[in-house]
Amino acid sequence: MAAGSALLVGLVEEFVSGQQDSKAADTATGLKAGQFTILQLVEALGLHLASSQPQTRARGVQLLSNVLQQCHGDLTEREVDVLLAFYENRLKDHYVITPHVLKGMNALTKCSVLPPGSAVSILKSLFQDVHVQSLMLVERSCVYNILTQLMESRESELKGLGADFVFGFVQSVDGERDPRNLLLAFQIARKIIHGGYDLGKFTEELFEVTSCYFPIDFSPPPNDPHGITQEELILALRAVLTGTPRFAEFLLPLIIEKLDSDVQSAKVDSLQTLTACASVYEHKELAEFLPGLWASLRREVFQTASERVESAGLAALGALTACISRSVLNSDSEDYLNVFLDLVLKDCQHHLCEPDLKLVWPSAKLLQATSTASYRASHRVAAAIMPSLIEQYNSRTQCAQRRTLLEVLQGFVQPGKSSEEDESVLLDFRQSLCSIVFSALSENSAGLQITSLRVLTALSQQTVLLLESDVELAVDHLTRLILEEEDAKVSLAVVECAGALAGLHPLAFISKMVPRLKGEIFSESMAQGDSATPSQKHSQQAVRQRCLTALAAVSSQPSVVQESTPVLLQVLTTSHTGTGSFSLEEVISVCHNLQRIAEHAQDTEETGRIFHDIIIPRLLGLALQAAMRGSSDHPSPLVEESVLSAMVPVISTTCARLQSQLAGQTASRAVSLFLDGDMSFLPENAFPSQIQILKKQAGDSWRQSQMVCLLMGCVCSLPRSVEVPQMDRLLLELEELSCTCDHPFSYTSAAKCYAGLVNKRPAGEALDSLIDGTLKRISTELDCASSSVRTQAFTLLLWVAKALLLRYHPLSTALTDKLFSLLSDSELGSLAADGFSLLMSDSPDVLNRGCNADVRIMYRQRFFTENSAKLVQGFNSAAQEKKSGYLKALSHIVNYLPRQVQLTELPALLPLLLEALSCPDQAVQLSTLSCLQPVLMDPPSALITQLEALVGRTLTLTTSPAMKVRIASLRCIHALSRFPEHEIMPFRARVLRALAVPLDDLKRMVRSEAVVARNEWFLLGSPGGR
Amino acid sequence: MEIQHDTKSLGCACVHFDVYSFRKWIVQPVVQSKKTIEQTNIRISLISTSQMSGGARLENANPLIFQRTGERLQTANDEDEDVADPIDDREIFDLIRSINDPEHPLSLEELNVVEQVRVRVDDQENTVGVEFTPTIPHCSMATLIGLSIKVKLLRSLPERFKIDVHITPGTHASEDAVNKQLADKERVAAALENSQLLEVVNQCLISNARTG
Repeated sequence: MAAGSALLVGLVEEFVSGQQDSKAADTATGLKAGQFTILQLVEALGLHLASSQPQTRARGVQLLSNVLQQCHGDLTEREVDVLLAFYENRLKDHYVITPHVLKGMNALTKCSVLPPGSAVSILKSLFQDVHVQSLMLVERSCVYNILTQLMESRESELKGLGADFVFGFVQSVDGERDPRNLLLAFQIARKIIHGGYDLGKFTEELFEVTSCYFPIDFSPPPNDPHGITQEELILALRAVLTGTPRFAEFLLPLIIEKLDSDVQSAKVDSLQTLTACASVYEHKELAEFLPGLWASLRREVFQTASERVESAGLAALGALTACISRSVLNSDSEDYLNVFLDLVLKDCQHHLCEPDLKLVWPSAKLLQATSTASYRASHRVAAAIMPSLIEQYNSRTQCAQRRTLLEVLQGFVQPGKSSEEDESVLLDFRQSLCSIVFSALSENSAGLQITSLRVLTALSQQTVLLLESDVELAVDHLTRLILEEEDAKVSLAVVECAGALAGLHPLAFISKMVPRLKGEIFSESMAQGDSATPSQKHSQQAVRQRCLTALAAVSSQPSVVQESTPVLLQVLTTSHTGTGSFSLEEVISVCHNLQRIAEHAQDTEETGRIFHDIIIPRLLGLALQAAMRGSSDHPSPLVEESVLSAMVPVISTTCARLQSQLAGQTASRAVSLFLDGDMSFLPENAFPSQIQILKKQAGDSWRQSQMVCLLMGCVCSLPRSVEVPQMDRLLLELEELSCTCDHPFSYTSAAKCYAGLVNKRPAGEALDSLIDGTLKRISTELDCASSSVRTQAFTLLLWVAKALLLRYHPLSTALTDKLFSLLSDSELGSLAADGFSLLMSDSPDVLNRGCNADVRIMYRQRFFTENSAKLVQGFNSAAQEKKSGYLKALSHIVNYLPRQVQLTELPALLPLLLEALSCPDQAVQLSTLSCLQPVLMDPPSALITQLEALVGRTLTLTTSPAMKVRIASLRCIHALSRFPEHEIMPFRARVLRALAVPLDDLKRMVRSEAVVARNEWFLLGSPGGR
Repeated sequence: MEIQHDTKSLGCACVHFDVYSFRKWIVQPVVQSKKTIEQTNIRISLISTSQMSGGARLENANPLIFQRTGERLQTANDEDEDVADPIDDREIFDLIRSINDPEHPLSLEELNVVEQVRVRVDDQENTVGVEFTPTIPHCSMATLIGLSIKVKLLRSLPERFKIDVHITPGTHASEDAVNKQLADKERVAAALENSQLLEVVNQCLISNARTG
């Protein structure tokens, strides 16, 4: 102990007299280790604390406070009591001591053993002896921290202080200017309000001292080290101001005043604060200010040019209405909601009668905001405006006016949040609304029709509004529009509306629409289309196209699917047999629509059976029949590559999405069909018994071998839990086909199918040796320059590489390295460069997440980081004429990277990309420009150092012979205008001069890009510009 | 990092500028008895465009609104590298239809100030003529709107074109004065030297760049 005290005296001496700050930490360590006690420390400090020099006293207190900051957990209640008494007394001392005293007090308030009553005495002496706002920033923050801690630990004691506490707080905060401290002060004020402290007669003072910052106008300094945003301050202050209804009488006038402000953010803040307080207030706080608030809100929504102000204003109006609607009425008080709605209606209703004028829209929005706020309000508003809107509609004759009125009506029909029990407020107007919709559907105006279709959809969402007879009438109208309406936008709206209605009322569609559409698709006039003029033929095809689309759109319920898919299949059958006159596009469209149904229909067993047991066998059967028919006089459209490609997604979507158990069955049937020629499940089964689709045969074998793409649809999109039978044999035959076949579609499909299966194969030795074998075979073919199947080997390599890359398989590197080495191949180099685009993009029909493939996240980044160096190196060492292949590969890879990665990688790649811009190959230029453009939107600093080269090269490309390059380069120049002004100002004159040339370009599309870019550059650095 | 302690400065922050040269472009000599009132109104309403002052009244608060035309449809020729697309009326109209009105958050097309039928272009003769129709005959913004159209065309068309912008005959009280001012190259150039005026013009064009 003696050694301890000697040590202590030494430490104290060195800290106080020697001015060595580090000794405080040593003292604290010693205290914690038990070498001496806090009492001994105070004794050792004794002389210094009583010194006549304020600086020495300050140094003494500083040591004690520093030690306490670390050791406050170890103190006893008695010690805390004594120390507090000492500190409170020191507050009266010289001002140089105060900061250290506050620090020590702050540490003591953290003690769990704070004696009862001490909180009150701390605060009393704090409020009495310290003038907070004359302290430095850190000390002020110390005071706020003391308050916060005491409020947390000694709430009841502080409440005992009564309103004095609030007064003390108000005095300490008054005049605070630092955002960090303000955030603390706002938090304390919020706790005072929410914690139920007695505000006493200081309510207004507390409001004044906080509301003087409203609305907050703060922009953090650049590189803000404290990370305080304007948004944080706004929210903290809003929590205070809207915390209690007792502020209402002060806050509401303030809001009204600030809404008059010229600054947009002040308006928005005021409106949002109003919205927030309306959720706390009751009608009695609002009542007095409603007329004033309404006048301001109306003005903002009527006059503003800003969508933010408008939507904030509408939200505030909704919140106000909801607040008044919540109020419970006394028998003798007036109904504030009615009074308020009267105000709103008086100012807005008459504008609804002027559908040509500007104010019809803001008025409608205001009324809609009130009516969605509460059930009562919606009743009142609907009763007031619906009759006149309906009457207006019926009396006006101009389409534009009617359309506006209907759009306004649509806003009111939108399903609100009113609960189920509430009877729909529109029930009274059901009849008139339906008749308006149906009459509008028969009008000859696209806009009117589209709007009425939206209203119809909205009406159908509220079950009581459409009777069965109305639904039937609606279906008749929809069917008529599908058959007759030629406007593309209307057709789209019709199809959407039909889809929405069919989900709710399938029966009407089954009985009325599907048969009509079927009749139209197979109608005689179409079958004998040969005699028709080309334009008639064209419009007939358009009708048929719309019928097919509509059939797909209404097929979401299984009962509709049951009726609609046979129609589509029948089109395929008749076009195969040659009895119908369906064009190739129509056959393809049928496949697309089947796929759409498979995508959107509900996944029920019923739908699953339809697709797996009927549709897929039929598709396979038809394709096989077509292939067997050979090159007879009437070739079936089903041997066309485009048709088969369209069939694949039907099958793969079905297998991926509908009823996985049935999908397994489909897959094993398909495998035995393709491997063993087992055709027992195919309909109208009349094939020769021995066929081997995958085996190379003489003559027209491509007709059969290309069917491998259908096999891919069946087996490559299964959920991973479903197993494919005879996998090894299947893989073997696929490899054989892809390496030996000379029909491009066949060998590519085989390679894709092989890759799709490899991607899902469980990892292990079997897989590794399979890949090894394949890679060897590929390498042998590729290395033999005279081989006739190098392209085939390359295709297989590419797809297998993709399959492995996606799942992070370790062997993928071997394959991709092979691809890199092919970049300098004279025959396959350009194919290889384009292959990287395939490697990085999502393929639509295989190896994507929709097909349940094993796709790891961020595989692109990973590939890029592992290989970018190889590319750069390859580029540098390649012969001049082969460099473009590397650049093309690079720009393909970078193009598909997420933007974040592009930004971080850009500095390293920029020289190469700039090189690529001067590469004569237009494909490279285009790909590089399209990769640069998104990066330019948010320029990294690396780009700024290269601006000279970047501007120069892109400007050169604006006169490229290729239109697409000119367009892409102009887009880049447009993006460049968003760079920091001081960086690009030096280029302004040069760019404006250069852009004058493409203003007179041969092509309009180029000119319009040039116009946009040049106008942006004009605004740069110009007043009112950017 | 200090916070504005009390944001009383948020009151009516009027922009002060050289009223004389500014008025030449903004305030038309209005042949009306309540001339003085009109002029004060005009000043306020102009400020309200750039600053969005709360209490100001617009000259024409509830104007007629017209439908916008859709985007120009792309044709096969547009994609063909070898076919030259001549500059036509629609192309000129597309340049000016989305210019914002200085008072309303609406485009000149929506206010029917510009119409495609009032645009004439001759690609061979290198001339462009645009007529515009102020929403009301005493519109104080007429010259400013004309100036915006002219500036937009100057920035967007090849130099070979001679650009003529004028008021649709019979639609404005001081038609001749406005037309004369718009036709005078030097006056237009001088106007664009005035940073206040340039700011308002740029703002009519800037929102246009944002919306389309």
